[in-house]
Amino acid sequence: MIRRRRARGGAPRTGVDWFLTFLRVAILTVVAVGILAFIAQEIDTDNPFARWANPDATGLTGAQFRGLIISGVAQGSMYGLIALGYSMVYGVLGFINFAHGEVFMVGAMTGMITSNKLADAGLWESNFIGSLVFIVIVSMIVCTLVAVIMERVAYRPLRGSPRLIPLITSIGVSFFIQNASIVLLGPAAKAYPDVPDWVKDKHTFLQIEGSRILVVVVAAVSMGVLWYLVEHTKGGKAMRAVAEDAEIAALMGINVNRTIVKVFAVGGAMAGLAGILWGILFRSVIHSTGFLPGIKAFSAAVVGGIGHLGGAMAGGLSIGVAESVGPLLILEPLGVSGVSQLRDAVAFAVLIGVLLLRPAGIFGERLPAEDRT
Amino acid sequence: MTATVPPATPTSGVPAEPAPAPTRGALDQDWRRLVRMGAVGAVAQIFIALSNMPVRLDERVIVKPVLSLGYLTLLIVPFAAGHRVGHQIKREGVPVHAAGAHEVAGGAACGALAGGGLSLLAVLLANFDLREPLVNWSPMLAELLAFGNETWFAVVVWLVIGTACGAAGGALRLLGPRTRRAVVTMALAVGGAAVLEPLVVDLAEGMRLEALTDRLYARRGGVNWTSGLGLAAASGILAALGRGRLQQARAHIAELEGASRTRTNGLLILATAAVLVILPLFAGKLTNELLANVGLFVLLALGLNIVVGLAGILDLGYVAFFAVGSYSAAVLTAATSPRINPELPWLVALIVVVVITGLVGLFIGAPVIRMRGDYLAIVTLGFGEIIRLIFLSDWLSGWFGGSQGITKIPGAGIFGLTDVAGTDPRRVFYLVLAFCAIAIYVSWRLERSRLGRAWMAVREDETVAEAMGINTVNVKLLAFVVGAVLGSFSGAIFSAKVGSVFPNSFLILVSIVILVVVIFGGMGNIVGVIAGSAVLIGVLGGPKQPGLLAEFSEFKLLIYGALLIWMMLARPEGLIPSVRRSRELHQQEMAQDAWLKGQVEDDNHNDGGSPKAAPAT
Repeated sequence: MIRRRRARGGAPRTGVDWFLTFLRVAILTVVAVGILAFIAQEIDTDNPFARWANPDATGLTGAQFRGLIISGVAQGSMYGLIALGYSMVYGVLGFINFAHGEVFMVGAMTGMITSNKLADAGLWESNFIGSLVFIVIVSMIVCTLVAVIMERVAYRPLRGSPRLIPLITSIGVSFFIQNASIVLLGPAAKAYPDVPDWVKDKHTFLQIEGSRILVVVVAAVSMGVLWYLVEHTKGGKAMRAVAEDAEIAALMGINVNRTIVKVFAVGGAMAGLAGILWGILFRSVIHSTGFLPGIKAFSAAVVGGIGHLGGAMAGGLSIGVAESVGPLLILEPLGVSGVSQLRDAVAFAVLIGVLLLRPAGIFGERLPAEDRT
Repeated sequence: MTATVPPATPTSGVPAEPAPAPTRGALDQDWRRLVRMGAVGAVAQIFIALSNMPVRLDERVIVKPVLSLGYLTLLIVPFAAGHRVGHQIKREGVPVHAAGAHEVAGGAACGALAGGGLSLLAVLLANFDLREPLVNWSPMLAELLAFGNETWFAVVVWLVIGTACGAAGGALRLLGPRTRRAVVTMALAVGGAAVLEPLVVDLAEGMRLEALTDRLYARRGGVNWTSGLGLAAASGILAALGRGRLQQARAHIAELEGASRTRTNGLLILATAAVLVILPLFAGKLTNELLANVGLFVLLALGLNIVVGLAGILDLGYVAFFAVGSYSAAVLTAATSPRINPELPWLVALIVVVVITGLVGLFIGAPVIRMRGDYLAIVTLGFGEIIRLIFLSDWLSGWFGGSQGITKIPGAGIFGLTDVAGTDPRRVFYLVLAFCAIAIYVSWRLERSRLGRAWMAVREDETVAEAMGINTVNVKLLAFVVGAVLGSFSGAIFSAKVGSVFPNSFLILVSIVILVVVIFGGMGNIVGVIAGSAVLIGVLGGPKQPGLLAEFSEFKLLIYGALLIWMMLARPEGLIPSVRRSRELHQQEMAQDAWLKGQVEDDNHNDGGSPKAAPAT
């Protein structure tokens, strides 16, 4: 992307370029004015600037603001875990696995089923941590299987076909898994069993719910493990080599097919873990659970620079915080009403904004060699 | 496998068709492949059974009293597995075995495995209760599987049925081409008669031919088995007598060139148009409603076809234009619209709608047009969802009514002559037909214009297109706008037809369904796109509109998903492919063929030099 823009340097600017420039400026202006109006409100709700932007401005208290940031961080780390799958698959195969969000949904569903079974057996209350570990393992296994089967059935036969073909196939896979969940498990939303009080309640420490701390900690730990796997083991080296150039990697004696399966497996396992984190945070799951987090996680992967592990996590955190704080920070001060309904629209807007302003993401993309040349 | 069989000695420049190898023995199977196929079949069977398809579709009878659609869904899998397992991959220079006992035995074994899946399920159903996660784990399913008997009966009977279906599938390979064609035609005739039942009954009523349909169909649905047999016999005889004349005729038409080609095409179009104009006169409400729905989707699919099929831009947010078209038409014509209600006549409103949608197309298109294909897909998806969320939000509910939508939209008045509203589907259909005609003409002319060629060039290789002096950005943007305008026609008609618009009519899944229609029919081919809409929307139904198989409404999205995957894997160029597009998709194979041809020529040249093995695949 960077290269292309540089190559265009000498080309005459067309109407589209002017429009894009205008759009970039407009986005930045709206964001800047919104933040300024927010600051003005925070200083004093009666000052003329705040009044002009939103006549009935109230501003936020410090505790509210902190709460928003923390819930953003918790959700963001979940998005980051899902984003890893997008990012790794994109790095290796060069296409967006649209169905990855559905793998996450399968994880959340598996967690719901297993935890309800455990709750029926009475184990969920008596040994919460043990059951949690158990459902995490089950869900990771199931999601790994789903991801690997998906690769084998739908994507492997399409290796080397024009680029949009696997993308369209993955849309089909996503649609299929979603509707399979409807016909097999029913269309209604399903609840996780009740969690212990220490997870539900706010703790004295910073007034954070236990579930949020749990999510952030689990995400951080698994991120660390994954980083070690990819950077310091032989399998991880193979993955990086295949991502760099599959043909050369094959010449070096790396089994490309097996490495790709491994990538899907790791991505699936991370999505399964994220599914359980979703269950802990929201305690409810439905067939369409995977769609929006999937898109947001993809945005996170793009924001962080696709193909970049740390970037995926950083992107996830920024998307999470942006969608949680953004509406109240930028839209509410500008006088837009009912902002909480626009949360998802904000997440999409972040994606579009990033692709407009900095298409290569924060840390730059790591693309397969063929895309760079 | 390739290594064991010696490559046939080529005689001329073109690789000669090797003589068929002798048949294989019944036990000389590729067991691993067979077991794998059977296992996949078994899993598919269990999935279908647990999806509740058999129970729900049991009410739709196909042949009275033998076969219902529900049981058909269970029979088709072992049949397909049995047929598929006998498939031999044709490789250049490798002789193909003639079909024989091998195919039947293999098919039977494979079918037995697939049927065994249901036997297993019957045992599990009797002994475990998994109703908690699986909603369809019901006694009803067990009863259906056991035909109302004990569990052991189900176990035995599904093994037997599986074996029989698999063997039948394998045996299909034994038939000569002519017999096979006759058999397939017979099956299609009976199945088609059953599927089209509501349509045929409706038309027969309009034409006062009830006597005929009373004979053909049983009182409560389904083809009578006697008349079913008659129909099968008649179609079989016709097919046998026809000897593929239809295909010959088609090939003949395809070969025509110049003036005679134009004349034949004109005649064909005229005939189709005449049928489409006259048919609704005899049809009742149901048929016209169906035709109108199909027409609306033809309009949408033609629009998406320009974006995806011609210009190669994967726009997943196409529903946005449909939504904008519907909403702006609603706001401009309805007296009940919250903020502005100019109550324009429909045709005047349509002009404004086209302008608005074109502008929205520009606005959405301009920022995304420079992105890489896959980013573009996701971002357009985002735009599609943002547009819906904005219509839904409280923020603009003063303009668009929020989740309440806009209701009491008047019908479409045409010059004060008629008023087209949803209460009279026939008029809606004629309106849709008129717009379809416009859209078809526009697409057809565009495809052959300078702009159309530029689109195809951009689709095939953007860099090369740019080097050829095409302004790729403008060209792609134009595709976006033209697609948007065609989508807005459909939207404007939709709001007049339904009489109300709600944000939830414009979910992303509408985009995906349109995409499936375009891909199924054949990207980049107008006839293909129309056929795709007719088959999918007509038979299975649209996102909210019921089709001929109304019982499928719960499963149609699942089927759309599966269809999309299967089409991409097996036939990415679609049902009726566009020549250019399929050439592009099979570039590799064609290159391989050319390479192989070169090899053969080399061999001939060397005159008996060391024969090269067929390329490993």
